[in-house]
Amino acid sequence: MTLSAHELSLVAPEIFVLAMACLVLMAAGFSSKKNQTLSYILSILTLIGAAWLSYRFVPSGREIIFSGMVVADQLGTVLKLFCYAVLAVVFLYSKNYLQQRNLLKGEYFVLALFGLLGIMVMIAANSLITIYLGLELLSLSLYTLVAINRDSVLSSEAAMKYFVLGAIASGCLLYGMSLLYGATGTLDLTELKVALAGADPLRIQFLLALAFLLVGIAFKFGAAPIHMWVPDVYQGALSSVTLYVGTIPKIAAFALFMRILAEALGDMYGSWRDMVMVLAILSMGIGNLVAIVQTNIKRMLAYSTISHVGFILLGFLAGGPVGYQAALFYTLAYVIMAAGAFGMIILLSRKGFEAERLEDFKGLNQRSPWFALIMMIVMFSMAGVPPMLGFYAKIQVIMAVLDAGMVWLAIFAVLFSVIGAFYYLRIIKLMYFDAPEGAEPLQAEIDMRLVLSANGLLVLFLGLFPGGLLALCASVLP
Amino acid sequence: MIYSDFLLSLLIWVPVAGGLLVLAVGEQRLHAGRWIAMAAAGITLLLSIPLYSQFDSGTAAMQFTEFQPWIAAINVNYHLGVDGISMPLILLTTFMTVLVIVAGWQGVKSNVSQYFAAFLIMEGLMIGVFAALDAMLFYVFWEAMLVPMFLIIGIWGGPRRVYATIKFFLYTFLGSVFMLVSLIYLYLQTGSYEILDFHELSLGMNAQLLIFISFLLAFAVKVPMWPVHTWLPDAHVEAPTGGSVILAAIMLKMGGYGFLRFSLPITPDASRSLDGLIIAMSLIAVVYIGFVALVQRDMKKLIAYSSIAHMGFVTLGFFLPFAIYANTGSLAGAVLGMQGGMVQMVSHGLISGALFLCVGVLYDRMHSRQIADYGGVVNTMPWFATLLVFFAMANAGLPGTSAFVGEFFVILASFKANFWIAFAAASTLVLGAAYTLWMVKRVVFGDIANPKVAELKDINAREFIVLAILALAVLLLGVWPDPLTGVMEVTLDNLLQHIMQSKL
Repeated sequence: MTLSAHELSLVAPEIFVLAMACLVLMAAGFSSKKNQTLSYILSILTLIGAAWLSYRFVPSGREIIFSGMVVADQLGTVLKLFCYAVLAVVFLYSKNYLQQRNLLKGEYFVLALFGLLGIMVMIAANSLITIYLGLELLSLSLYTLVAINRDSVLSSEAAMKYFVLGAIASGCLLYGMSLLYGATGTLDLTELKVALAGADPLRIQFLLALAFLLVGIAFKFGAAPIHMWVPDVYQGALSSVTLYVGTIPKIAAFALFMRILAEALGDMYGSWRDMVMVLAILSMGIGNLVAIVQTNIKRMLAYSTISHVGFILLGFLAGGPVGYQAALFYTLAYVIMAAGAFGMIILLSRKGFEAERLEDFKGLNQRSPWFALIMMIVMFSMAGVPPMLGFYAKIQVIMAVLDAGMVWLAIFAVLFSVIGAFYYLRIIKLMYFDAPEGAEPLQAEIDMRLVLSANGLLVLFLGLFPGGLLALCASVLP
Repeated sequence: MIYSDFLLSLLIWVPVAGGLLVLAVGEQRLHAGRWIAMAAAGITLLLSIPLYSQFDSGTAAMQFTEFQPWIAAINVNYHLGVDGISMPLILLTTFMTVLVIVAGWQGVKSNVSQYFAAFLIMEGLMIGVFAALDAMLFYVFWEAMLVPMFLIIGIWGGPRRVYATIKFFLYTFLGSVFMLVSLIYLYLQTGSYEILDFHELSLGMNAQLLIFISFLLAFAVKVPMWPVHTWLPDAHVEAPTGGSVILAAIMLKMGGYGFLRFSLPITPDASRSLDGLIIAMSLIAVVYIGFVALVQRDMKKLIAYSSIAHMGFVTLGFFLPFAIYANTGSLAGAVLGMQGGMVQMVSHGLISGALFLCVGVLYDRMHSRQIADYGGVVNTMPWFATLLVFFAMANAGLPGTSAFVGEFFVILASFKANFWIAFAAASTLVLGAAYTLWMVKRVVFGDIANPKVAELKDINAREFIVLAILALAVLLLGVWPDPLTGVMEVTLDNLLQHIMQSKL
């Protein structure tokens, strides 16, 4: 095999992130435990550099490189650029929060960067093996990140649960892959598509393979009924880790679904559609209903995530470019909103105090009208109220579902979004209608305030002018 | 004039910008905030005058149109325009908002700048609802409007405000999401979100029925029609005075507007086949809710139920044409019913707004809305009592007030459809008089039973001006309704011709 400079340039961001992650690891080791500013700066630089490389070497079309192991396309570039930006925001939100808890360790940045690398590998994968490698790299980083606060029983328990369940899910995914390999004799997604072109989609071997693959993918998404890890991990992990777990791995899950089911197994749409439908309906139902009774805001947002995943899956099961575009738009919108919501939890926390109960949002309008407004924008956006970003995400998905002729499913989706509106309204009720429990002013650095404000306003801005993001989604998924 | 090209945009965005400015000025400089709010509302009112004076009442086409591409990917456009149906409602909105700002000058104690900002932003959004010609734009305004109202009831409301405001939000949200599904369906059929394109789309009967029902869910909740009216008494009772006024005067009208803009022209055949249902629901609202209003002990609740009964006239008037045509074979009188519905909307906006302001005046002084706590108010507040009695008479449909015009038109039209419809509708003349005047008797007249009433001070100049302006408007439209009926006649005629043509 010969390596061409062109092929290398297309994976330059991955190589760069890998090298820099190792560098951050060394920098973290050599700087004092108290002061990890160097690791932080290097990590941010990594993201900027990777962004430049991704931007510099945009593939002209869909290119299969490295003997079919890797695919470079514009979808991948957009997803990666999005990951860099979100991860930079995650780092920025987390820095002071971790510092206050003496947990600002180099490992946080190293693991987060390795997780990012895993996501990038998954995004660029054109072979089942590559996908699996990326997935495991991401998963192992996530398990460790959840456990990073090792003195906390809750964190350790969450990490253990996540690890055991994650290992089972990975096993399922791998089993599904091996069944596919057994049936077709190839791991290459392009060849897989060709091999499956004329195959009988109802062959039991394919159906079994699909079922197992979907279990693995649903686990990564956190879709019901394989969602039990989500609330525990969201609650148990440090807020800054929850922020990480709740955002960019969703992009990875999107890529996973896209590469395996939508692209390689696209011809078997008829076989996996109903399975995804079950997942979507259960996710919307369980997520929205159970979120209502939560008292911990991280748990509530976990169930809200599950319901949003249901909507993303609706986009997928609607199928075709319209459906996939809707799913992509929803995923990106959700990640922006989730970053804002978890950012608010971090903002309200301070040394020795975690803003984890719903009551901690009481009277925020008295303490800080501005950030109450930001949180209100994010909550209304998640509820799908115009003119916020989340509204268009829901519109796109419902449009795709109606386009595919499934009217009852669209009605089911809007009904559950009304039920879901209740618990978002409750947060707004706490912030605006109730008196604050304490009058402590918010403690946050100016950079955090600025970026969080920008994050919230972006949700509003993209809601007022969603055209650009919609066009972007349409252009990368023709 | 150059600004008339952007007149509707100005009407939408001047109040919104004013609201944001008030927010930015903040709690510390309250006085400045109040005057900015007043200025923004005043400018908007002045800007809306050319909307009337330059309006061409000889055409049914959309006027003052603006068109900008907005979301190219799904063919959504920033398309505004008004016709004879929406123009009076926009005027009503700008007019009532000024009065609400003046009325709230002192009464609000906490988060004052947010209070004014919420009303201003809501004004812009409500005008957007009436002016939007793109269904997605309409829906965005329609839903976004819930947000400030949700906050107004929740922050400045009474003791059970949280229950009331969440009920209000979820009720209306639930109603509108079905409309959204229908709008998307219509988009998939026509390839655009233009409401006027929807009007021309031919649809099968099944599709029409489903779309009609989904629209009905959205608009019936908003109007509100029996049996989906239960959120309204709760919301009204808990809302602050200004919130009640806007809710009754403008928001309820959106349901009626929706029937005229969406249900009737998009699904005429479904409207024809289901008009009996709407007429029955309207009559139940008029008669049954009239009785319910009779037994209320809370003044605001009583006015809320009276609102539901009066809005029953609106929906009745709008859906009479089919029955008139079936009965007499001609359309004579059909326009009268629709005109009556429109006049009733504007008139009810003025009268119910005034009544809620009157209750607000009393509540500011006594902190009670219970009828039993009052009695003999006329002895201590003669000016106020005069105005309250006038508005009560108007609410009862006294000839010479605007309410008479609307109700009379609708009753007249319903005689052409069916005697018994007219009979049931006319019962409001008795019922409306009974519940309103009985309330007035117990509150205003009689002996002073409560020592607190003996200490009441009469209304000040600010309160007097607000109520007097409203009284003038009610009287003016009552004796000379032409300026109002004239601008809508051609539009309603055209609408009538349109809905009489089958789309099947």
